[in-house]
Amino acid sequence: MKLKTMMIGATSALALTGAAHADGHMADSMTVVSWGGAYQTSQQKAYSEPYAEENGVEFTWDESSGEAVARLRAMSEADNITWDLVDVVAADAMRLCDEGIAMEIDHDELLAPGDDGSSASEDFGDLIVSNCFIPQIVYSTTFGYRTDVAEWGGAEPTSVCDVWDMEAFPGQRALEKRPIGNVEWALICDGVAYEDVYDLLETPEGVARALAKLDEIKDDTVWWSAGAETPQLLADGEIVIGSTYNGRLFSVIEEQQQPVGMLWDYQMFDLDGWIVPAGLPEDRLARTLDFLRYATDTQRLADQAKYIAYGPARASSAPLVSTHAELGIDMAPHMPTDPANSVNTFLFNYEWWADNRDDIDAQFQSWLLQ
Amino acid sequence: MADTPANDGFVTFDRVQKSYDGEALVVKDLNLSIGKGEFLTMLGPSGSGKTTCLMMLAGFESATHGEIKLDGVSINNIPPHKRGIGMVFQNYALFPHMTVAENLAFPLEVRKMGKSEREMKVKRALDMVQMGEFGGRRPAQLSGGQQQRIALARALVFDAELVLMDEPLGALDKQLREHMQFEIKHLHEQLGITVVYVTHDQGEALTMSDRVAVFNDGRIQQLAPPEDLYERPENSFVAQFIGENNTLAGTVERIIDGVAEVRLSSGEIINAEPVNVSQPGESTLISIRPERVEIDHTRLPADAHLIDAEVLEWIYMGDIFRTRLRVAGNDQFVIKSRNSGDQRKLVPGERIKIGWAPGDARALEVTE
Amino acid sequence: MTTSTEPVVAADGLPLKRSLARALRRQKIRALLLIAPLLLFIVLTFLVPIGNMLLRSVDNAIVEETIPRTVEALRGWDEAGDVPPGEDVFEALYADMLIATDAKRHTRLGSRLNYESSGMSSLFRKTNERRLGRFELEQPLAPQFEDIDEDWITLETWRVIKSNSDPVTAGYFLAAMDLRATPTGIEPVSDLQAIYVKLFVRTMILSVTITAMCFLLGYPIAWILANLPSRSANMLLILVLLPFWTSLLVRTSAWKVLLQQQGVINDLLVWVGVLADDNRLAMINNATGTVIAMTHILLPFMILPLYSVMKTISPTYLRAAKSLGATDWTAFWRVYFPQSVPGIGAGAILVFILAIGYYITPELVGGTDGTFISNRIYYHISSSLNWGLAAALATILLAMVLALYWVYDRLVGIDNVKLG
Repeated sequence: MKLKTMMIGATSALALTGAAHADGHMADSMTVVSWGGAYQTSQQKAYSEPYAEENGVEFTWDESSGEAVARLRAMSEADNITWDLVDVVAADAMRLCDEGIAMEIDHDELLAPGDDGSSASEDFGDLIVSNCFIPQIVYSTTFGYRTDVAEWGGAEPTSVCDVWDMEAFPGQRALEKRPIGNVEWALICDGVAYEDVYDLLETPEGVARALAKLDEIKDDTVWWSAGAETPQLLADGEIVIGSTYNGRLFSVIEEQQQPVGMLWDYQMFDLDGWIVPAGLPEDRLARTLDFLRYATDTQRLADQAKYIAYGPARASSAPLVSTHAELGIDMAPHMPTDPANSVNTFLFNYEWWADNRDDIDAQFQSWLLQ
Repeated sequence: MADTPANDGFVTFDRVQKSYDGEALVVKDLNLSIGKGEFLTMLGPSGSGKTTCLMMLAGFESATHGEIKLDGVSINNIPPHKRGIGMVFQNYALFPHMTVAENLAFPLEVRKMGKSEREMKVKRALDMVQMGEFGGRRPAQLSGGQQQRIALARALVFDAELVLMDEPLGALDKQLREHMQFEIKHLHEQLGITVVYVTHDQGEALTMSDRVAVFNDGRIQQLAPPEDLYERPENSFVAQFIGENNTLAGTVERIIDGVAEVRLSSGEIINAEPVNVSQPGESTLISIRPERVEIDHTRLPADAHLIDAEVLEWIYMGDIFRTRLRVAGNDQFVIKSRNSGDQRKLVPGERIKIGWAPGDARALEVTE
Repeated sequence: MTTSTEPVVAADGLPLKRSLARALRRQKIRALLLIAPLLLFIVLTFLVPIGNMLLRSVDNAIVEETIPRTVEALRGWDEAGDVPPGEDVFEALYADMLIATDAKRHTRLGSRLNYESSGMSSLFRKTNERRLGRFELEQPLAPQFEDIDEDWITLETWRVIKSNSDPVTAGYFLAAMDLRATPTGIEPVSDLQAIYVKLFVRTMILSVTITAMCFLLGYPIAWILANLPSRSANMLLILVLLPFWTSLLVRTSAWKVLLQQQGVINDLLVWVGVLADDNRLAMINNATGTVIAMTHILLPFMILPLYSVMKTISPTYLRAAKSLGATDWTAFWRVYFPQSVPGIGAGAILVFILAIGYYITPELVGGTDGTFISNRIYYHISSSLNWGLAAALATILLAMVLALYWVYDRLVGIDNVKLG
């Protein structure tokens, strides 16, 4: 078993060098895994539909990204990988990479250089957080609030710490049912300096302090686990302020025209991108890499922003971001990466969270139970 | 069976009607008085209303109209559990999760009887039905006959004066059924209780009852002691329903001195006892019991009527012979003759003369 | 009559017992062949996964397989002392890590050890092929490892590695019971981290509540169904089964619309004046929400066995009881109810066992105090990838169900369970 996986690893590494540019033995169908919903649609419109038109490849989309880590591990244990390309968040990509389930990638060799002539690794920059990860978009977890709350007397929150201000902004909150994001914001609002946050969180006192801060609003908080919950709760008036993904808020505000405003302060940047499962057969791997090269070039990433308010991961794509395909509004100001929106930000500290997530999550869940 | 107890109206149905759907009456104008200590059987085909009557008496159905009295008191508005009537159900309805003794103790417990008295009564009731050994068993561990005895004991254990039985022997095989008939009869006599018994088995009704009420179409067709019912059916339904019966269709010519002269469809005129025909010209059915018809003329009285018959079939049945004949156009005419050892075998096609005493031919009205 | 000393002989002279056994053997083989597909199916889909789960909950071969030389070298090191291991261990580690990094297995070990101690993941990730390639082998290795990360020379790191070097571990089970092994013995984890015992208890309490609710609501419905003419009963039965036919998401949205604070029920109560507008009931995103939603989902599993058992209880029993002098209530309680107990047993077992393993609904409507242990199991399977802990939690859950089953068998008797 061990020997076998080693050998598969070796052959796929060999395949990497040759097969990517060979066109003789490419599979003519692909199974791509993503999140479903508007996000997947944007990928289909920007990547797979034009690619299929050019190459006649048949795409199968599987909406399993939410459980991709577990499914991939099970597939890998059973030695039966049915997926060709999987969309995951960066933290999951890192985990899959550590587990040896995702294939390590040489970004410069396999990905197209930027339109501006920069190499792929320069173009993506430090968004390449793992050797297995090909970044696609920058999204953020940030706050939306209702703009019509009578008790607020016309005031609107401007700082993430207003989430804690129950006097000026009374009402129910919604926060994600996991520590990431919440503990950082709690410490910031408890007066901790930005650069000290993670050092402090490594100590038990730091975690306790963050949780104590969260205690202030615990009784007034709905804890969500699916990204769709906060927009729905906001639209129903069930909560007045809540965190969710910025693209979801864009759709509530711009597409559904709900009385909701956006609070960008200390948005938590996160990355989403592709991984290639380790151990694909040669023809499928060749096809996957060919598609991957196409789907992550400068133009394609910029195109995706026509359909959803997430920022392209390549620096070279930013100038190409145009207007929304249906609404016609300029998308640049809705990108989390827009300078006006990113005065105060957190970039999800993957390395740190990979080490500390299990520990802090246990404390966080234990705290939730109390 | 001969001495019917004096009818003191222990149970009375007074103009009782019952309808389930508001359109058709299942029980039409029922009047019935049952004496204390009487064994009365409600007999009839299914759907005749007999079970409904029993259920109204037990309190599980309410009368749509009329009054039911028990011991002089109207019980129309008394719930079943306060009527104090014992009941034996068709499938015994022994509580499967209780032992036999617990089943028997149940009615005593709900009457808040003390433990020692309860145990004594249970024991006595079990002994009464010769089931003293079986107190610890579950109903499922008993045979059908044993369950029947327990059901009986349970209906009697709380000293009910009136016990209703709804086809209690229906599930037993023939031999056991006959045996139980006698046991129930003995218990009835021994305890002096009043029994209202529902069955569709006429043999059972005749064997056990003081009086039988024959039900059909929601009415009592005849209410009489068994021998009257058999010997003197009052209408053609009862005549047909109770025992075997030959009928000959005809028209009343005249009625003189309590004897009706009836012209049969073959043209022959015979004498018969007018039961419920009165007018000359009226259609009638002559009813004659198969065992009252004689082939051997020496056994007949002098005024017996003789009539031509053709043998169609002759069957040896052990204790009797059964002969099917064509008589006055009716080819289902049956006679039963005792296997007395000197009788000869009749051959189909043979022409004989048969006869009966005039009193055995009863002229009944034609019912539809 | 044959005496007992002489064996009975069949027509062909063989002992009757043997002939009988032979005749039966063919039947047995045929029966076995008939059930073989099912047996295989059960083995493959049920016994193998459960066995796999049990193995996983104690399996810890990864450490010994990835760094065998280090494990061997560590045997001589005293973890209770205060000196880090010597050069021999680092030499072994170097040899092991060269192979492991080549096979890309070192990060996997890091993930595994990170469950025990935060930071191990990045420690192993950092110690990659590139860094190891730069080692100068003539020099002592320990300082070079220290250059990669000073954690390599801390006692804690080596204690974790040593205490996890056995191929079989009780660590997952300890963690699943909020315990941990320390050099001085087993002790509870800090209150700040304790979670599983609480969740197990809550899972039990909520499952029992849900079962009780299903019983309270389902019993009268089943009774009505059993006493209706079969035409109308079938109609109603379809209504009862309706929850099966609606998708989970539709149902969840429906509950939200109904139960949330700005939802239909609260609006109605405020409109009627029962509630003040600023005092709306919290009926979702908490334990109440879980109980309501799960009762709704699981109700059919209570009603159906109850219904099919009640169907077999003849109405004559009630009549008999009443004719014997029992009031309606006594007749029901002493005669009808005991006969319906097998249905209650079957329904309760079904509902309880289904409830105890549910995770989607509690996750959607349970908020923080309405989630189950299964939600944590799901988290460890799908998110943290700590399948060993998930397996240990699941094994404990399985053991609890079996224990309850055993208790039920002792109290009520398992033969006293009827699905119809």
